[in-house]
Amino acid sequence: MRALLIRDLRLAMRAGGGFGLGLAFFLIVVVLVPFAVGPDTSALAVIAPGILWLGALLSCLLSLDRILALDWEDGSLDLLATSPLPLEAVMGVKAVVHWLTTGVPLVLAAPVLGILLNLPSQGIIWIMLSLGLGTPALSIIGVFGAALTVGFKRGGLLLSLLVMPLYVPTLIFGAEVARRGSQGMAVETPFVMLAGITAGSLALMPIACAAVVRVNLR
Amino acid sequence: MKQETMDTLLSVHELSVARGGLSILCDVSFDLFPGQALVLRGRNGIGKTTLLRCLAGLQPVLNGTIDVGADAIAYASHADGIKSMLSVAENLRFWAQVFGTTDIETALVAFDLVALRDRMAGTLSAGQKRRLSLARLVVSGRPIWALDEPTVSLDQASCLLFAQAVQTHLDAAGAAIIATHIDLGVNGQVLQLDPYAATSNTGVPSGFDEAFL
Repeated sequence: MRALLIRDLRLAMRAGGGFGLGLAFFLIVVVLVPFAVGPDTSALAVIAPGILWLGALLSCLLSLDRILALDWEDGSLDLLATSPLPLEAVMGVKAVVHWLTTGVPLVLAAPVLGILLNLPSQGIIWIMLSLGLGTPALSIIGVFGAALTVGFKRGGLLLSLLVMPLYVPTLIFGAEVARRGSQGMAVETPFVMLAGITAGSLALMPIACAAVVRVNLR
Repeated sequence: MKQETMDTLLSVHELSVARGGLSILCDVSFDLFPGQALVLRGRNGIGKTTLLRCLAGLQPVLNGTIDVGADAIAYASHADGIKSMLSVAENLRFWAQVFGTTDIETALVAFDLVALRDRMAGTLSAGQKRRLSLARLVVSGRPIWALDEPTVSLDQASCLLFAQAVQTHLDAAGAAIIATHIDLGVNGQVLQLDPYAATSNTGVPSGFDEAFL
């Protein structure tokens, strides 16, 4: 399993690996928002948590179709499925790699971009915490979407449509944590809900992913 | 799973397989012993690949039984399963770690890849990629090799290397099932699949949900 983790991280870092794709998209979205909304800093401060969360979610979505499609195209997925590694673990590792290459850079970039959006300083810690807690759920749910569409040519659109509704609860509670936090309100309830969604997804999704891949490999 | 008969590595009994919901092979039976190679022959579309995928556990069988030890089969498909942005040695080392072995040198030597070990796999020729893909079988350390058209894009010298590698594997009490059209020069029993072609296209396993195809 560690071998797979290292291999996938190495592939992501090398040319054509797509590392930074999500981050670049996140930067573009967030940097363009003030131009579109206008220079009213108080308006920006209100929408900043939502924009950061939406940007993060769309960046995740953008990089999902690569997770399994590349392995499927070159035949590695068949070989991984027949290897001694449990397929559930393979899917878990795929999600971890996606999170490390997409989720973590987003969490680290969020405070800087928060300043661009005039996010109140007390909100910065909460946007980082909520993204840090929510992006693992986005990754593992994304792997599930990728597993559903593995083997389809140009499955990106279908993948987005399938995954979008599954992302909604994470988005609602994640953005709520960030919004309340930035306004100095109590965050316990949405924070606990967000943690619950992530924990539940991490526990159940690898099993679902593996089942779906087995069906798709037939 | 029934009791395995003595010494067989793989025992297939009245196996029927389907592709795309249509039954294509019926009542195939054979045994595979250590040191034995079985060559599958038959016209295009007869079901050689499907049979191998069933043996590898990638798809369910329609009928019949496959008796094989856990983690005994190393499967090599049409696709090479090589990452072009990793070097030859990195590709092999990855599979060695997955299969819990450490030695990649034997495999590099067996398929004449030593000089290429630090090259990116993406820069290899089709035949060299094929050799790398076959070298994966050596590092897998599994007793049964299930090979689907292994000699595609290999030149004559490489075919010879491959035949030697298979022979070495057989001499070490391994076994191989090879779907191929050419004469490999490996001593093996030939299983002609044409007589087993399904006559009727019925036969979807009970409780098998078509929607999941």
